[in-house]
Amino acid sequence: MDPKLTFDQYQRGLEKGKFLGLKCNNCNAVTFPPMAVCRSCGGTALKVTEIGGEGILRTFTVIRVAHEGMDPPYVTAMVETDEGAWVMGNLVGINPDDADMRLMGQRVRLGTQPIKDDIYSAGHSRGITFTLQPS
Amino acid sequence: MIKGEIMREVAILGVGMTKFGISEKTNIEMFAEAGLDAIIQSNVEPKDIEALYFGNCLGGFEEGQLHMAPFAHAELGLPVSAPATRFESACATATVAIRHAALLVGAGVYDLVLAGGTERATTMGTPFATRTFAMASQAQYEYPAGITFPGVFAMAAHMYADKYGIPLKELKRHMAEVAVKNHHHGSMNPKAHFQKEIDLETVLGGMMVADPLQLFDCCPFSDGASAVVLAEAEKARDLVKKPIYVAGMGQASGGPLYLQQDLTRVRAREASISQAYKESGVGPDDIDVVELHDCFTIAEILALESFGFYEFGKAYDAATKRETYLEGKVVVNPSGGLKAKGHPIGATGAAQMTEIVEQLRGESGPRQVEGAKIGLVDTLGGDFGTICNIILRN
Repeated sequence: MDPKLTFDQYQRGLEKGKFLGLKCNNCNAVTFPPMAVCRSCGGTALKVTEIGGEGILRTFTVIRVAHEGMDPPYVTAMVETDEGAWVMGNLVGINPDDADMRLMGQRVRLGTQPIKDDIYSAGHSRGITFTLQPS
Repeated sequence: MIKGEIMREVAILGVGMTKFGISEKTNIEMFAEAGLDAIIQSNVEPKDIEALYFGNCLGGFEEGQLHMAPFAHAELGLPVSAPATRFESACATATVAIRHAALLVGAGVYDLVLAGGTERATTMGTPFATRTFAMASQAQYEYPAGITFPGVFAMAAHMYADKYGIPLKELKRHMAEVAVKNHHHGSMNPKAHFQKEIDLETVLGGMMVADPLQLFDCCPFSDGASAVVLAEAEKARDLVKKPIYVAGMGQASGGPLYLQQDLTRVRAREASISQAYKESGVGPDDIDVVELHDCFTIAEILALESFGFYEFGKAYDAATKRETYLEGKVVVNPSGGLKAKGHPIGATGAAQMTEIVEQLRGESGPRQVEGAKIGLVDTLGGDFGTICNIILRN
């Protein structure tokens, strides 16, 4: 069975500022990032959908010892999107040294940024960012 | 599987491990050292071994060596008819190899097998090792966020503090007590990477690695190997005085973090341990000694809750109350754990098995858990993607 939404198609969406996921015809759950089956019920009746791009920051860390090629410190976080799917990305627009527990539960907007490739990664182009929304 | 009806009983005969730390020996030399010790202790010879279940994660990056299993097999002088198979399950590699060895002995395919693993992580240096370890995170959707393994457990620690309403500063002090405890245990282990006691101030004064985890919240990159010999139980009793029996096993799979969501609840561990409890017929109150996956201090706290030793949200001060020390109610990581004994990722599970086997034989010297009868091995691979548990009894 061909995948409904590949990593490459997801990446092309990010390049246009679109967050492409999959909506399940069976249970209505949104799978984002995409997978071969619905993340909730395992169903395969999926259609490509664009998610709204907002959510709640559920956890974070400030990476201070990074792998080679990265430029620490930076904030890595996980966000629960309004559609229910969780996604990992980088919180931008704040000084990493100001990141503390007050970030937990804050509303964020999703964006994208270019990713530094290395010889082991098979051609990433963009990753997810989060920006704090005014409360 | 129900032992005695479908599966044969399986026992561990001999165990072996190198000193963990920084080694000049090759992956295969280290594995041969541990493997020969395990074979000699089992009162058998290499030619008697019927199969090798071999763990290694990053040999391609460490030494430019893939397909290491048949070379390790040859180094040990195993017979050509004995297949050598390589396992890779990130940090749970050796435990997964041993579990599959036990399944095949239990199923009657083999009577006598060698299983374990080797890793030589320090050849890579910290920046490149951090990159290769991060290859065990989801490469398309999570690696691009610059996530590291300390970062994963750091996010779990922040979530734990938030979920249970524990001020972060207080949680960090209790996490630091886990490191102090495991270094205390490691100080009694001549094969540990670090054999010195540390105090709370040292842990809380360490360099920040991934907020809120500091240097001493993290296990080291280590070199080392470990191996065990398994046999059908009756054969084991013929060969050695104190076979240690496999009472129950479990293994489960977690998937990427974006599907796991609540990192305070390691669902794969909850599934794995329930399989092991069910097969063995024992529960959390029956376990005397545990070697669990304390790759980071918060990881030990999460594991204690998954096993049912503590309610969720209640294990954070177990080390502070000394309940997990040698003289405590359940002894956790008497070897020093990954924190002090070290963490050569492909070997770790076999070293945990080695510690529990020696504890159940009563051979652990100054760190012996008095009267230990039932022990638990817990190994976590990747960012909670694989969990493997093995319950042993004497």
